[in-house]
Amino acid sequence: MLEPRDDVVPSEPRTSGQRVALFATCFNDTLWPETPKATVHLLERLGVSVDFPADQTCCGQMLTNSGYGSSALPLVRRFVDVFGGYDAVVAPSGSCVGSVRVQHRRIAEESDDDSLADRVAELGPRVYELSEFLVDVLGVEDVGASFPHRVTYHPTCHSLRMLRVDDRPLRLLRAVRGIDLVELPEAQECCGFGGTFALKNADISISMGSDKARHVVGTGAEVLVAGDNSCLAHIGGILGRWRTGIRPMHLAEILAATEGTPA
Amino acid sequence: MTTTPTPSRPPVPGPPQDTSPTFVGMPTFHRAARAALDDTQQRRNLHHATRTIRDKRSRAVAELPHWEELRRAGAAAKDEALDHLADYLIRLEERLTAGGATVHWARDAAEANRIVLDIVRAKEAEEVVKVKSMVTQEIELNEALEAAGVNAWETDLAELIVQLGHDRPSHILVPAIHRNRREIRDIFQREMAAVGRPAPKDLTDEPSRLAEAARLHLREKFLRARVGVSGANFAIADTGSLVVVESEGNGRMCLTLPETLISVVGIEKVLPSWDDLGALLQLLPRSSTGERMNPYTTIWSGVHEGDGPQEVHVVLLDNGRTHVLGDRLGRQALRCIRCSACLNVCPVYERTGGHAYGSVYPGPIGAVLNPQLRGTESDIDRSLPWASSLCGACYDACPVGIDIPELLVELRSRVAGDRGRTAESVAMAATTWLFSDPRRLTAAQRATGVAGRLVGDRTIRSVPGLGAWTNARDLPNPPPESFRTWWARERGGGTREGSGR
Ligand code: SF4
Repeated sequence: MLEPRDDVVPSEPRTSGQRVALFATCFNDTLWPETPKATVHLLERLGVSVDFPADQTCCGQMLTNSGYGSSALPLVRRFVDVFGGYDAVVAPSGSCVGSVRVQHRRIAEESDDDSLADRVAELGPRVYELSEFLVDVLGVEDVGASFPHRVTYHPTCHSLRMLRVDDRPLRLLRAVRGIDLVELPEAQECCGFGGTFALKNADISISMGSDKARHVVGTGAEVLVAGDNSCLAHIGGILGRWRTGIRPMHLAEILAATEGTPA
Repeated sequence: MTTTPTPSRPPVPGPPQDTSPTFVGMPTFHRAARAALDDTQQRRNLHHATRTIRDKRSRAVAELPHWEELRRAGAAAKDEALDHLADYLIRLEERLTAGGATVHWARDAAEANRIVLDIVRAKEAEEVVKVKSMVTQEIELNEALEAAGVNAWETDLAELIVQLGHDRPSHILVPAIHRNRREIRDIFQREMAAVGRPAPKDLTDEPSRLAEAARLHLREKFLRARVGVSGANFAIADTGSLVVVESEGNGRMCLTLPETLISVVGIEKVLPSWDDLGALLQLLPRSSTGERMNPYTTIWSGVHEGDGPQEVHVVLLDNGRTHVLGDRLGRQALRCIRCSACLNVCPVYERTGGHAYGSVYPGPIGAVLNPQLRGTESDIDRSLPWASSLCGACYDACPVGIDIPELLVELRSRVAGDRGRTAESVAMAATTWLFSDPRRLTAAQRATGVAGRLVGDRTIRSVPGLGAWTNARDLPNPPPESFRTWWARERGGGTREGSGR
């Protein structure tokens, strides 16, 4: 197993009295609001009062990965302005957290604004992907969820290789009441989404997604879970086209589900 | 004999490499890839082969608890050499010369080919035997020699298959990875007779029979040839030694039997000291073939009387490398030791094969190295930085820690910057504008909400202009309201900007 990248290891867990902000991410905010809603419900259930600073927008990853990193600079600045005052920032997206922790630093360093680079470096370690926040900061694995379904988990590339969340999401899922968690073959293979790759190299992207979808179907799962809705939209789009009836769901939504309020 | 002046110290960034005639006019990556995806036989061969090597590699790497330390040591040795390249090259030249070798400097492919040809002509040789070497493919030495009436025989089994099949290599380490055993038998039976000992009439596709046919065919050439041509995996500055790492023993034959040995070596192959080999000789075989040690490692330091070649030439080649060296971020690509681990783990390479990359360097490393070595003038080089989903598997596998995803993103920004104003750049500017003010985002979300209420529960199977997505994928239904609208209603609005701690 490879070591985590030095520059992206989250700082030490904190205990109580924290000011916690939700970074919903622009895609979730606009297209998949159920995910940040579930994150809010879940965190509140665990006794964390979470804030949604309304001036947040987007981490700029799409710009950066498309070759427009300098255009992302205002968004990097906005991110530290909006979130710099919080003890912890939590986001239900491995990909966007990867962008904040790894790419923001590079963009800020390449700008002429030294103080921005310092602020970005200071904030980065306090920005957590959901499973990191639950396991490392809150120190919980059993979040009291209930989800009596057959589920398989796809680890998305950025959570796996940029953030190194490792088996944190699986540990959280294993503790869910009634869940039948089945292993996904070749789980660590990329699903082929890759942002604009899904359009610019659509044939390869679909070929990769189809192999992933085939493995998902093979598990007999009713639900495919992952920590990134963009990857889920891609794999889910293929599963939908094949009319498999398999439901793509974000990790937050499963962890928020209880016997009283099923997902 | 050609003598070119030593490079100025430190090396000044040179020009990019000229695209070799074979790859001029290559289509963009995605066009070439589409054709490759349709070749189901090739895809099956590649899937099987890359999985096999990949699994072997993971096992070999997992055996070493200090793998990360080795990776760092390997990267540090290469960085030390690259950061002081001129010094180490001059040291290498001094040591090689002191050992009795003749050193030549070649700015580009044409110069290197001319130097090799001059030596071959001076020896009045009509053929050369070759050790597998990426750099001689890069400069298209075989073609240059053949044009001058000199036969260049590839002696590595896979390279032999490619050469006899009038084909191009599609993988760094396993050039014939796109061929299966049956295809190889057919090539041997059809082609061997024209260039030497024919294949046995009753040849089957059993690996041992195929290897035996190649062995018999090649042995004649080893014993006859008077000039050997090689590359080098490493060139050690402080001892003036060249190192070739191989599996089949054909290299050992080429490096020891002929009277004259010519080695073409990219200037980035230099290592500061003998001690650096310790880490690199562990990293390379485990990463490339998944073996703890490769079967043959040949090291020679100049000429030894009565033992091996009595005339040793070393051609140190730039061909775009100093151009890459001039780039702060891009320089790390020159650490590459051509192990091909990044190819074997790449889901894109696995589906497209090597030919779609339009260069002898395919896969993730090719996607970053080619646009740097050759510049981003051509369609293929401009499209290569997008030949990746940025999944990061290549970076994890790379034994010298080249951050290929980071370089791809950097190269994308260079290509996007060169293109100036395009539909895409306008769309990206609009994206920045939209996200620079949450009020604009809220307005846009209202439109999404209207669409969501219109669509309701129906499945979206096609949207004009989004065919690249909807040809094979349904679209997620837009929700009736955004998260921030829900939050404002349910939780009474968020805090204002800057009101944190
Ligand atoms: S980039 Fe790294 S993994 Fe790829 S061939 Fe070079 S050394 Fe090997």
